[in-house]
Amino acid sequence: MGQSVNYLGLIPLFPLLGSVLIGLIHVFAGKKFRISEKFYGILACVGPVLSFILALKTFVALKALAPESRFLCHKAFTWFSVGELHIDMGFLADPLSCLMLLFVTFIGSLIHIYSIGYMGGDKNYGKFFSYMNLFLGAMLVLVLGDSPVVMFVGWEGVGLCSYLLISFYSEDRSNVLAGNKAFIVNRIGDLGFVLGMAFLFWGIGASGFDFLSLKAHSGNLTPAIALTVCLLLFVGATGKSAQIPLYVWLPDAMAGPTPVSALIHAATMVTAGVYMVARFSFIYANVELAGNIIAWVGILTALLAAIFGMFQDDIKKVLAYSTVSQLGYMFAGVGVAAYSAGIFHVFTHAFFKALLFLGAGSVIYALHHQQNIWKMGGLKSKMPKTYFTMVIGALALSGCPPFSGFFSKDEILYSALATGHYGIWMVGVLVAGMTAYYTFRMIFVVFHGTPRDQHAFDHAKESPAVMTVPLIILAVGALFAGFLNLPAIFGGSQMVTHWLAPSLTEHHPHASLFIEIIAIGASVAAFVIGIKIAYTKFGQGAPAPEFKGFAEFAYHKFYVDELYHAIIVQPYKAIGSIIWKTLEPNVTDSPVKAASKLYMAIGTAFKVFQVGYVRIYAIYMIVGLSLMSLFLSQSLN
Amino acid sequence: MIHNYLFLSIILFCLGIVGVISRRNVFTVFMSIELMLNAANLAFIAFSRVHQNMDGHVLAMMVMAVAAAEAALALAVVILLHKHKSKLDTNVFSLLKG
Repeated sequence: MGQSVNYLGLIPLFPLLGSVLIGLIHVFAGKKFRISEKFYGILACVGPVLSFILALKTFVALKALAPESRFLCHKAFTWFSVGELHIDMGFLADPLSCLMLLFVTFIGSLIHIYSIGYMGGDKNYGKFFSYMNLFLGAMLVLVLGDSPVVMFVGWEGVGLCSYLLISFYSEDRSNVLAGNKAFIVNRIGDLGFVLGMAFLFWGIGASGFDFLSLKAHSGNLTPAIALTVCLLLFVGATGKSAQIPLYVWLPDAMAGPTPVSALIHAATMVTAGVYMVARFSFIYANVELAGNIIAWVGILTALLAAIFGMFQDDIKKVLAYSTVSQLGYMFAGVGVAAYSAGIFHVFTHAFFKALLFLGAGSVIYALHHQQNIWKMGGLKSKMPKTYFTMVIGALALSGCPPFSGFFSKDEILYSALATGHYGIWMVGVLVAGMTAYYTFRMIFVVFHGTPRDQHAFDHAKESPAVMTVPLIILAVGALFAGFLNLPAIFGGSQMVTHWLAPSLTEHHPHASLFIEIIAIGASVAAFVIGIKIAYTKFGQGAPAPEFKGFAEFAYHKFYVDELYHAIIVQPYKAIGSIIWKTLEPNVTDSPVKAASKLYMAIGTAFKVFQVGYVRIYAIYMIVGLSLMSLFLSQSLN
Repeated sequence: MIHNYLFLSIILFCLGIVGVISRRNVFTVFMSIELMLNAANLAFIAFSRVHQNMDGHVLAMMVMAVAAAEAALALAVVILLHKHKSKLDTNVFSLLKG
């Protein structure tokens, strides 16, 4: 066991307390007194910022320890103890969770600050920040949980908050449906997680169910159970992290306010699946089949989402599909057992994706909630700060050296190549080119060329500082975060990989200069080709395209939503209505009804004794007492 | 000797029972209950005499106290009943009929 420190428990507690406090103020005082938005905003930022400070403190404390003993833990209380299952409300900080902790709290805080500006004037200002704090708190529980069960608490918490926040503008029915969809799809994944935990407990849970004990006993798992656990947990990950076949909720999640999208896509929620697989690396590393399945699911998701991303006309949907695509890369990374590469991509992705979303939010804010990119254009001159920061984000997303996305994506592709997964590598390079294409398609259409909607263009202006300052900070992160894990070929020392090493069970493939050069060359070539095509098509301003043939098919997302609706939702509804209208009234209800009829009959039979006259009741009493006395005297003799 | 007292007590008790069962006036029923209580008191006193101790007396005193309290309560109930239906016939009050 590692050293015990008390402040670990406080890290998730601050945002959770903030959430409760803001919620109570909003419910009880918000209606009666006019509470200023500034008050809510400051109150909302306190929790995340305090958590970030404590995360830094945790980092410093961990750094002071020897690499192999970098564990800090805190047991708040015993949650429950049933038979062999003992669950503590415990928190564990090791290099892996500490890295997650740092960027989740950092980016979460920035998004909170940005939201003060973005949400200005909303009538449910207090409610929004209460949910946001709850969201962050749940994510921190997920990251810090020292056992799968505590992790699951946070896992469910972020699912709940995503539902609450996606359907935040609840006047519009389609937003509510998007929230429902996110919640239901996530529930399907959660079932996998629960079953995975059950199998894991069945396998090796008897000797302790926290991560450290599980890691120590992971060798006792039989291969069959290990494979089952891996695949079931991955089902959970596909739900939360939007992979095939459960990715459908994430693009619809754009219905929520833009800071929420940023929070979901960058800091919380979708990274949970990757984190979970890395957290269980001690099992996944031993089950190669599961790793291959994960890698292929990941890379195919990346490909599919990239295809969809190329044909979207909503600025947030483009970004949403890019997130699904990048998550696919991360799973490809953890699938080929390059856990540190996957987590590093999570880390860099958090910066540039938060940046892109907040930038898109800034554009949307300036254009009065216009999200269609074919109504934008030429905004470069009007919003220089947003433009420059978003270009940095776009370069990082498309993997342009030396931006952060390049290093992390390259690390994943290199690992795939070095471990002999050539198919995955080739698809990955293809997707890298497509990413560059659709990202810069968006940038060119929105910021370059001539304005398509003159009226909106005339009224557009740069967002206030409370929104642009977080953008600039994130841009710096997107620019330089990659250097933290500079590979040896560029004279770096892979700091992040070494930092994560004690937490992960990872075998580094033998580094070959030749392979590394091929990987980098292919990525850069793909990036250049992608951006070139985007520039020739959209660089000088282009009209809104007509989608025909394959493009139309892709524009409608291959009709996957419709397919799911036809093969899953409709049959379920049919089964439901059969149960409701036929099975329930006729079969299951009849014993219940029979029981109630029986009691009615008995009641009617005994009703005759209840005559209502006090004299008759006196007779009953006398007869009863006489019989009792008789019985007593009999038994005494 | 004790037999005589006990027979008297039984006779009084049975009279009380018959009164409770057969009479319909609330006051008569009430008085019959009092008669039954006093029948029990008589038996207590008789046994106390036989056993030569004060236990029966104590209980008889207690019964009297309870009967007094009960009388106060019961008369209040009777007044309310009368206010409610302007009658004191127990057959009128038959809301509990099933």
